[in-house]
Amino acid sequence: MHPALQGLITIIVGVGGCIGYFYVSNIFLDKVLFPAKGPHAGRNINRANLVRPWLFLFPAIFALGLYLAYPVVATLWLSLTDRSAGGVFVGLANYSQMISEPKFWEAIRNNMLWLIVVPAASTAFGLLAAQLTDRIAWGNIAKSLIFMPMAISFVGASVIFKLVYDTRPANQDQIGVLNAVWLAFDGGAPSFIFLRLVPALILLAFAAFMAYGIYLALRPLIWGEASHGGGSWWTVPLRGVVALGGAWLLWLSLKSIFSVLTVTLPYGEPQTWLTITFWNSFFLMVVLIWIQTGFAMVILSAALRGIPEETIEAAIIDGANPFDIFFKIKVPQIMSTIVVVWTTITLVVLKVFDIVYAMTNGQWETQVLANYMFDKLFRANDWGVGSASAIVIMLLVSPILIWNVYNARKEMR
Amino acid sequence: MAELKLTDLQKAYGHVKVLHGINLHIEKGEFIVFVGPSGCGKSTLLRCIAGLEEITGGTLEIDGMVVNDVPPSQRGIAMVFQTYALYPHMTVYDNMAFGLRLAKFSKDEIERRVQNAANILQLTPYLDRLPKALSGGQRQRVAIGRSICRDPKVFLFDEPLSNLDAALRVATRIEISKLNESMPDTTMIYVTHDQVEAMTLADRIVVLRAGYIEQVGSPMELYHRPANLFVAQFIGSPSMNILGATVTAASDSAIEVDLADAGKATVPVGGDAGLKGQKVSLGVRPEDLFLAKTAKDAIISGTVDIVEALGEVTLLYVKAEGHPEPLIVKLQGDVKIARGDKINLSASSSVLHLFDSDGKSLSSARQMAA
Repeated sequence: MHPALQGLITIIVGVGGCIGYFYVSNIFLDKVLFPAKGPHAGRNINRANLVRPWLFLFPAIFALGLYLAYPVVATLWLSLTDRSAGGVFVGLANYSQMISEPKFWEAIRNNMLWLIVVPAASTAFGLLAAQLTDRIAWGNIAKSLIFMPMAISFVGASVIFKLVYDTRPANQDQIGVLNAVWLAFDGGAPSFIFLRLVPALILLAFAAFMAYGIYLALRPLIWGEASHGGGSWWTVPLRGVVALGGAWLLWLSLKSIFSVLTVTLPYGEPQTWLTITFWNSFFLMVVLIWIQTGFAMVILSAALRGIPEETIEAAIIDGANPFDIFFKIKVPQIMSTIVVVWTTITLVVLKVFDIVYAMTNGQWETQVLANYMFDKLFRANDWGVGSASAIVIMLLVSPILIWNVYNARKEMR
Repeated sequence: MAELKLTDLQKAYGHVKVLHGINLHIEKGEFIVFVGPSGCGKSTLLRCIAGLEEITGGTLEIDGMVVNDVPPSQRGIAMVFQTYALYPHMTVYDNMAFGLRLAKFSKDEIERRVQNAANILQLTPYLDRLPKALSGGQRQRVAIGRSICRDPKVFLFDEPLSNLDAALRVATRIEISKLNESMPDTTMIYVTHDQVEAMTLADRIVVLRAGYIEQVGSPMELYHRPANLFVAQFIGSPSMNILGATVTAASDSAIEVDLADAGKATVPVGGDAGLKGQKVSLGVRPEDLFLAKTAKDAIISGTVDIVEALGEVTLLYVKAEGHPEPLIVKLQGDVKIARGDKINLSASSSVLHLFDSDGKSLSSARQMAA
């Protein structure tokens, strides 16, 4: 049989089966189980109405239980047992083995970097694109182009970027765009400007931004400033964590400024970008940022359009310049949407697997947790450690997921 | 504290002209109301003065300086919007302080000004609240407070009361009136489509229609001496009755007209003999009409079609032959008249208005000539 025909039949059987289930079971409930006639008609109607929601929810609950709840429990169990020894309970041995592996810590570190850089960059670029394309004639075309990567699968995007980062021997034509551009630099004045000065300035701006962020986060704690509006107790540790994260990024960026200015650049030699440790993680992140920016832009663009025009006009009359309007009037008003976008992208990032798997497979210090899990589970056949790392991913995702759902619900109200 | 001068001010969106050359001189400390039906350009004119809309042609002067290209924040204006336009993420205090902070005022000065504005508007207990925790009237007071803080030369109001319910509207209207009295040097410009607001608040009213000024004058001037049919019908509620008529005789002191299929009237406005035989419109306000004993004393007679008894007044809708529009009569108190009654109506000749075939008032034409 032709596969397309097979697919069609599957769809018809599947959808028909669903409709059949709801229809037949509903009739069964009303006509056979609790018929709305006879001496107990009223009682039967009440009972039928009590049962009906569960009848309709059953398929979803069953599927979720089978494919979501059971695997979680089973994974938790696997992470506490040794399968090769016949499934004996070994306590936290798998976890302690995992913790002792440097590759695990590499994955954790990389995941943290991904977690900070990708949502921040995607949201920032998305917000920028949404704001810049808002009022111009060809804004919709630009938006469509920026949104298009969303339609490409992660693996497809990885293949595209592998070509961008491709390397050929020096005496051949480079087919990788990045190397082609790189070879145009020869160490002269333009090289100094574009490869040292501009990156250093960007990093400096980022460092200054981080310092300002730390100052903003800590200001109420240090001076005990009475803010108009008040806050809750949990803002104190949150501010501490934000400040610490900011300090780490500040340190990283200052270190990078130094290295950008002092490092000897191998001009004229084609680079194998994906083997340059530390930076290659960023080359992988670019792929995800490229994909997620479109998502962020679409959501934030809708949010920006929802801001009442009068508040912006009032700000203009109050003497606000475009930056004031953007940062002090527009961004605060769409903050809840920004948080939802940020956390949604964070969830995608925590589970990132395809890009790393397709581009480096975790080599050259680009390992991430999901790929580490895959390696352990399906390559090393170490079910215990693999399951333990899966549990770690789940523990990391859960709080953000709950926070995200909480915010999304608040948004809808 | 400012004098405004609009000279041939024009506004167009592409090829669509919205304002066709507005000439207006606003004195220091005046309370000016722009009034007109929706789409007449009154809000656009206000936004041009505010600087939110670019002026296409002509000039706008504030205190003798052309400010066409001066950004809104440097024109010395403050604006109160119909939808309040409060910053939803800021407390009442921060809403009022926002503009002052941008203008780099000292902390003490900001505190002083905000507290002062909050005092005037009784907002002190709400300074730490967010706008969403306030009622509509309180929100509008915050919006007014935000403008007071800036200590503007010109205060602009864009239909500030139309989002409030009826009771609150009256209360806030009185508050604005008091505010105007307490700031005698501040020029205020107020846009509304509500003629009660216009009549009660204004020193002078500017009536606009389709981008043209129809008349500028004090409320009573507009009521007693409307310059044309449009103003005559726009000011006053219910609006003025307009009856078709033909001039039968005209002299320097009076014009006699003949109402189609009805009575005659003599209007004490001067005209020349050339008017004789021309079609004109006779205007008479519902409240100026009274019941005449006989058809001989009456200007017009007709049959009562609808009676609306409101207690303090009774409104009669009267069908008169030869006049398609029903005549509205406003009589004081509770009157014993029922549907279908034939009544005779008269009015003192001094309250009659006469408009020529172009809708221009013949009395004002005479005044202009004099």
